[in-house]
Amino acid sequence: MKGHLLLLNLQRIIDRFYDAKFRGVVLQVLLMLGLMAMFYIIASNTAANLARQNVASGFDFLGRTSGFDISQKLIAYENTSTFGRAFWVGLANTLLVAALGIVLATLLGFALGLARLSSNWLVARLATVYVEIIRNVPLLLQLLFWYFAVLRALPMPMESHELLSGVFLNRRGFYFPSPFDGSVPHLGRFNVEGGLVIQPEFAALLVGLVVYTAAFIGEIVRSGILGVPKGQREAATALGLSPAQTLRLVVIPQALRIIIPPLTNQYLNLTKNSSLAVAIGYPDLVSVFSGTVLNLSNQAVEVILITMAVYLTISLLTSLAMNTINARMALVER
Amino acid sequence: MTTCRLLEKLLAVLSLFMLDAVVPATAQQKTLDLVKARGQLNCGVNTGLAGFSQPNDKGDWQGLDVDVCRAIAAAIFKDATKVKFVPLTAKERFTALQSGEVDLLSRNTTWTMSRDTTLGLSFAGVTYYDGQSFLVKAALGVKEVKDLAGASICVQTGTTNELNLADFFRSNGLAYYPVVFEKNDEAVAAYNTGRCDAYTTDKAGLYAERLKLGRVAGHVIFSDVISKEPLGPAVRQGDAQWLNVVRWTLNAMLNAEEMGVTQANAKEMLASPRPDIKRLLGQEGSFGKGLGVSDDWAFQIVSQVGNYGESFERNLGRGSRLGIERGLNALWKNGGLHYAAPIR
Repeated sequence: MKGHLLLLNLQRIIDRFYDAKFRGVVLQVLLMLGLMAMFYIIASNTAANLARQNVASGFDFLGRTSGFDISQKLIAYENTSTFGRAFWVGLANTLLVAALGIVLATLLGFALGLARLSSNWLVARLATVYVEIIRNVPLLLQLLFWYFAVLRALPMPMESHELLSGVFLNRRGFYFPSPFDGSVPHLGRFNVEGGLVIQPEFAALLVGLVVYTAAFIGEIVRSGILGVPKGQREAATALGLSPAQTLRLVVIPQALRIIIPPLTNQYLNLTKNSSLAVAIGYPDLVSVFSGTVLNLSNQAVEVILITMAVYLTISLLTSLAMNTINARMALVER
Repeated sequence: MTTCRLLEKLLAVLSLFMLDAVVPATAQQKTLDLVKARGQLNCGVNTGLAGFSQPNDKGDWQGLDVDVCRAIAAAIFKDATKVKFVPLTAKERFTALQSGEVDLLSRNTTWTMSRDTTLGLSFAGVTYYDGQSFLVKAALGVKEVKDLAGASICVQTGTTNELNLADFFRSNGLAYYPVVFEKNDEAVAAYNTGRCDAYTTDKAGLYAERLKLGRVAGHVIFSDVISKEPLGPAVRQGDAQWLNVVRWTLNAMLNAEEMGVTQANAKEMLASPRPDIKRLLGQEGSFGKGLGVSDDWAFQIVSQVGNYGESFERNLGRGSRLGIERGLNALWKNGGLHYAAPIR
């Protein structure tokens, strides 16, 4: 009797597997368990290997003295500061170049997109040539070009161009009086001393990223504008709007809906591409933290995990902001 | 049906990952056994530093660090060519050794305490005693390091040089502007375009880089140094046998020079009556056995690669374009620092 009941129950359980929904849930739970087991095995295996090789692990290293200097720092930092402090310096440098890059690339990109659609033959062709050349040359090469080729065109510090009193331009940067402490640049033994400086590494990276990303944004803008039905434009003209008004009031608002989602991708790309900074000596997060700090602490796993988490966070925040804008721009249907 | 297939796939994928997770455990095996089984030594070297490790125009690696790799291969396989050279940047080197990508680092790496105690490395000895100095354009008229106050200085990231630089200027209360690059070539290129007033690295490295700059007379290397840089090969910690193989290969090269055993006379020396030479060349005792290699290990090293002095002169000294004096790198008998433990 009992055995019969058991069989019946078993039969019921088996029957439930014919239910697609139940099957789906079971499979997903199994997959989750499997993934968790996999990560657990990888993590514990890594930890065991590191311990066996007598490699330090954990996050204590963030409190250790760094011992190295950083050429561009937006927050106070000395070589007696900690690795943790160096992380923030690198992060600030990454955010600076990414934020400025996004703003400038958007401006240049919109101008390019409009230029490609211009009725002026020369303007349209020039924009096409720009887009085709820039899009098809690897970004790293472009950065090296801006850094090494453009650098050579500028004079050595002792022959600096003094554009205004206290404003210098040379191979080592663009120097101007500091609005914070009022110090004015002047010529020293080797370099221009004092004031604030925009270093060539930063300038080359910013220009490289902006020029490269703008080519893609230009194409996105062009496709967005072309995506607005011709009838809209004709209707606007029929209503007596000038071409400029048509563009501003009718075409662009509708084009933005098409433009924003792929534009988000370009913003994310620009931020991630800024990690190529390491090739031209700009102290961004990757260069300072997963470069120098990793090498000095040798805690590759921790450093890389932190760096990945930072880029993930920046990217998710950018997406969130863009999605919010997109939701506002979306067609409100009544 | 689909359930079954999916489950099967899931299991297959899982087991793959399990296998994957088990693989690194082989790193627990003895490195020497692994190298023998592989039939080849994986040696981490510099991506290109004249005198230490650099491919020549035929693509063969040459240099003092490269010779150490070859000597180890000669000791293990009796064939100095059984080496795969893995070029590594300063940044990649320790991770590559830790992860087992290379069996040893022979990559002008400075022996320091923190590298010994927290990076999981063991240094096997010193191949080259160096010190950090500076390369400046002769036209600047700068003679010593302290004159560089306020200068821009190019340096490679993740090196002891970067740290010494910061230490030196801090302890002397001098200002400077560091410009840090990942690769040596980029740092030198930036120095050459005038981005920096000076380029800093170990002295031997400065000689090597100066050669690449063309007009040698246009650049000055300071005679004073700001640090001690004992460069040597490193292995993963916790494998005493492998550490011994690397350490004694180096000692054999130094002892051979001291005893006057050279690549050319090694064969005749097999018949030498001197007991120390007999022990070195495996004619007396059985020193190779304890090392896990054949007893003629040192004979193979010297006859195929040469002794330390020969390698030095060929790569860095009189036989090379660098023309570096032995100086600190002479044997102790000649006023240098090289003093190898005896084979007995």
